[in-house]
Amino acid sequence: MGILEVKDVNKRFGGLKALSEVNLSVTENTVHAIIGPNGAGKSTLLNCLVGKLIPDTGSVMFDGQSVLGRKPFEINQMGISRVFQTPEIFGDLTVMENMMIPLFARRDGAYRLHAFRSVESEAELRSRAEAMLEDVKMLDKRNMHSASMSRGDKRRLEMAMCLVQEPRLLLLDEPTAGMARADTNNTIDLLKEIKEKRDITMAIIEHDMHVVFSLADRITVLAQGTPLVEDSPENIKGHPKVREAYLGEAA
Amino acid sequence: MDAIILQILNGLDKGSAYALIALGLTLIFGTLGVVNFAHGALFMIGAFCAVTLNRILTLSHQVVDESRKDFLGNPLKVDVPYVNDWFGEAAGATIIDWAVPLAILFSIPVMIAIGVIMERGLIKHFYRRPHADQILVTFGLAIVLQEIIKYFYGANPIPTPAPDVFRGSFDFGVLLGFDPNVIIYPYWRLVYFAFAALIIGGVFAFLQFTTFGMVVRAGMADRETVGLLGINIDRRFTIMFGLAAAVAGLAGVMYAPINSPNYHMGMDFLVLSFVVVVVGGMGSLPGAVLAGFVLGVLESFASMNEIKSILPGIDQIIIYLVAIIILLTRPRGLMGRKGVMED
Amino acid sequence: MFGLGKKDTTVFVVVIILALCAPFILNPFPTGSSLAQFNAGYPDLMQRFVIFGIFAIGFNLLFGLTGYLSFGHAAFLGMGSYAAVWMFKLLSMNVIPAILLSMVVAGLFAVVIGYVSLRRSGIYFSILTLAFAQMSYNLAYSVLTPITNGETGLQITLDDPRILGSSATADGSIPVTNLFGLEMRHFTTVDVAGWSFNFSVGYYLCAVIMILAFYVAVRIFRSPFGMMLRAIKSNQQRLYYTGLNARPYTLAVFVISGMYAGLAGGLMASMDPLAGPERMQWTASGEVVLMTILGGAGTLIGPVLGAGFIKYFENIFSKINDSVLHGWFAFLPDGLENFVIAILHPFVGKGWHLTLGLMFMLVVIFLPGGLVEGGQRISRALRRDKPEDNGAASKASHEPAE
Repeated sequence: MGILEVKDVNKRFGGLKALSEVNLSVTENTVHAIIGPNGAGKSTLLNCLVGKLIPDTGSVMFDGQSVLGRKPFEINQMGISRVFQTPEIFGDLTVMENMMIPLFARRDGAYRLHAFRSVESEAELRSRAEAMLEDVKMLDKRNMHSASMSRGDKRRLEMAMCLVQEPRLLLLDEPTAGMARADTNNTIDLLKEIKEKRDITMAIIEHDMHVVFSLADRITVLAQGTPLVEDSPENIKGHPKVREAYLGEAA
Repeated sequence: MDAIILQILNGLDKGSAYALIALGLTLIFGTLGVVNFAHGALFMIGAFCAVTLNRILTLSHQVVDESRKDFLGNPLKVDVPYVNDWFGEAAGATIIDWAVPLAILFSIPVMIAIGVIMERGLIKHFYRRPHADQILVTFGLAIVLQEIIKYFYGANPIPTPAPDVFRGSFDFGVLLGFDPNVIIYPYWRLVYFAFAALIIGGVFAFLQFTTFGMVVRAGMADRETVGLLGINIDRRFTIMFGLAAAVAGLAGVMYAPINSPNYHMGMDFLVLSFVVVVVGGMGSLPGAVLAGFVLGVLESFASMNEIKSILPGIDQIIIYLVAIIILLTRPRGLMGRKGVMED
Repeated sequence: MFGLGKKDTTVFVVVIILALCAPFILNPFPTGSSLAQFNAGYPDLMQRFVIFGIFAIGFNLLFGLTGYLSFGHAAFLGMGSYAAVWMFKLLSMNVIPAILLSMVVAGLFAVVIGYVSLRRSGIYFSILTLAFAQMSYNLAYSVLTPITNGETGLQITLDDPRILGSSATADGSIPVTNLFGLEMRHFTTVDVAGWSFNFSVGYYLCAVIMILAFYVAVRIFRSPFGMMLRAIKSNQQRLYYTGLNARPYTLAVFVISGMYAGLAGGLMASMDPLAGPERMQWTASGEVVLMTILGGAGTLIGPVLGAGFIKYFENIFSKINDSVLHGWFAFLPDGLENFVIAILHPFVGKGWHLTLGLMFMLVVIFLPGGLVEGGQRISRALRRDKPEDNGAASKASHEPAE
């Protein structure tokens, strides 16, 4: 039994069948990649997991509880954090403040009106934030205005914001989309490091094969809204159906 | 029944004004993505175009009329408009009488010029700024425009009569087979409604049947793509702004006889017109027109004594109430497309 | 100090000094001198400075922190005024219950209006708040006349019950607002060698309340709550996916901001016990937006500066008429003098609103960060050779508290 169980999920947009009979199971402490050509339904599937879309039929269970009908912030409170395709951070805030917000969300829940306490006085949360920044090698940038950072740094910061919440499942939506090769490699290294250092479950939606094969323990191939195969990276590489649906197209 | 028809008719003229202003607002918002708080000021300037033309035409010089005496027995000095000198007395009087309709011709170039200057000089620098900045800068502009008008024309409303033939009312009820004197309707309001319908029809035809209009419609549907096609959007935006300004100005010119123009009439209409746009659906032209008429008529129904006695004050708030309900239950408005500015 | 960081303490102390020494600072010119017309140290003008300061501080909590542009905030100010006057009519002329009730009433309305309006963001939020404010204004003008006394405005009369006070004073006149017997309108003038300074009870009450209001605002700015609000402005999507619900935060700050407006309205009525619907008009809402933007939205001291700036120039500009202008430009040759005056004439006296509108546009176009940003630019230009202290220094609001 995986930590995330997707069962018989269907989703239509008007006449277009975006997802049909999707089944997926993500095991704890593995990196599970979901790949597929453009329009295969990867993003739709992800949006169903985080509460942005609700499937027409089927179920999505996280740790034995249904996520369907819950709002994104409730799903995050269940333990699912999400990294976006283009880094989503609080651009008007400093790096340190960016780190404090997820920590407050974990400690205080979805809302709590601490109007008379100073952010400065939260020594314990601050030290946790600093430790996390140290981990992603950004401690020296902690007072920087985050919008002025490079895209690679923004990506690091976003990861750090998700990781500091100690999520039980980290969802990554094409974390290297639109990146130059060097940046992509940096991101892969960062993710590898994260994977080695902590026990973490990740689900990655990705287009780039290089990324997928360097990280994933398990791969699901999605084509036209349906899972084609699910297997280990080695087996996927040689799978004829996959070659036909995906690699053939890429080659 | 007759009461209902009367209220529908009463709502039409105000509804026409709402529809025309909302149409311009929507054109600007839909194509340029700008929230223009100065649009009401353009309506007001239009009305003052009528006032101005009226003043120009009545520019006079004094002539001593020997045949008439003032109360001291001296020869009476009479003001004679220059137009009388040029076209003769009868024709001159007719021209002055028709000042408001003539102001249509006068206002079109004026309004287009104002619109183009506004867009080139100010608005174009705000395309990429947040909506809040657009609201603020156009709000400032609206204050400036209305203060300028106030400076030149004073704070009091200036009566600007319609041509003689359209003054007075006619018995609309008799036409529909009701008793006489049940449905009395002023001629000018009917003219205003017909005029508004004409302009609205004209704008739609322009957008529907010209290449220019096609690009504009495509731009309203998907601004980025049109930009990518290499079509010179900038120039078209300027023209759109001029057009929207002219529509607002014409609405103002013809409204002058209904409500004597004053410097703050623009602001009064603006708030309501924004509400109209929202109800109709941000970016939807038919929605703006429909909502304009619907809200105008609703407002007129709400001011019936029978309704006011049940819900006192409803006439004051009906439009806002409808807008709040619409925004909360159907944020894209009556005819807005799904997904456009829904949050 | 006061649980504030070093920089915030400095700002706070500056505000305290400005507020308490205003009677001196605003009357820098000797009474007899020709520059005395620029003095602003009159009780009612100083009261307006701080009352609008409170209004703008509250508005800035909402707009400056979350970016939600309310175009109907004057409604809360008006409601506060009505509530306070009713307190004077029914209870007593003591200002404390009046001020408290004005905050409560404005807060309750803010809960309702905020709950509905905050379901939308961006320009829809602006239009919803505008619609609510216009509704309140229209109702205050018409059907609510029994409560608001319509166009005339609500006033206190000799027939009011005032159950804890008296309907009329011993000599048969209407009693005046007071703080436990200390009359609001009472003031002492101190003459010091040509200068004269006015110390008014009403002003000092307003000033102390503004200092408190400012202190609360600073604490909110530096609190986790304030940080969440800035996060909402910055990226709501990220906030939702970080496990936070924005709605309670925005509603809370909307209500707090509404209560500030109510407090300002209550104080206004305490200084001069009347309330009219024009206080709720949308142009009045626009004025507080202008104050906040002009001073610097999202900064601590900006709104206070903006409110003072606008109220000061409103007062000065409105007082200038043609004869004053002639006095100034008398040194010019006649033709030139008349020309200069003709140019300036539309902008002064009754034309003050034209100047205001132009100022509004210029600030939004050239100085979106307001006076505070302008000051920072100037000070940066003056010490350009010195290195930047840190990356966040460019915007005071983004600085972490120290």
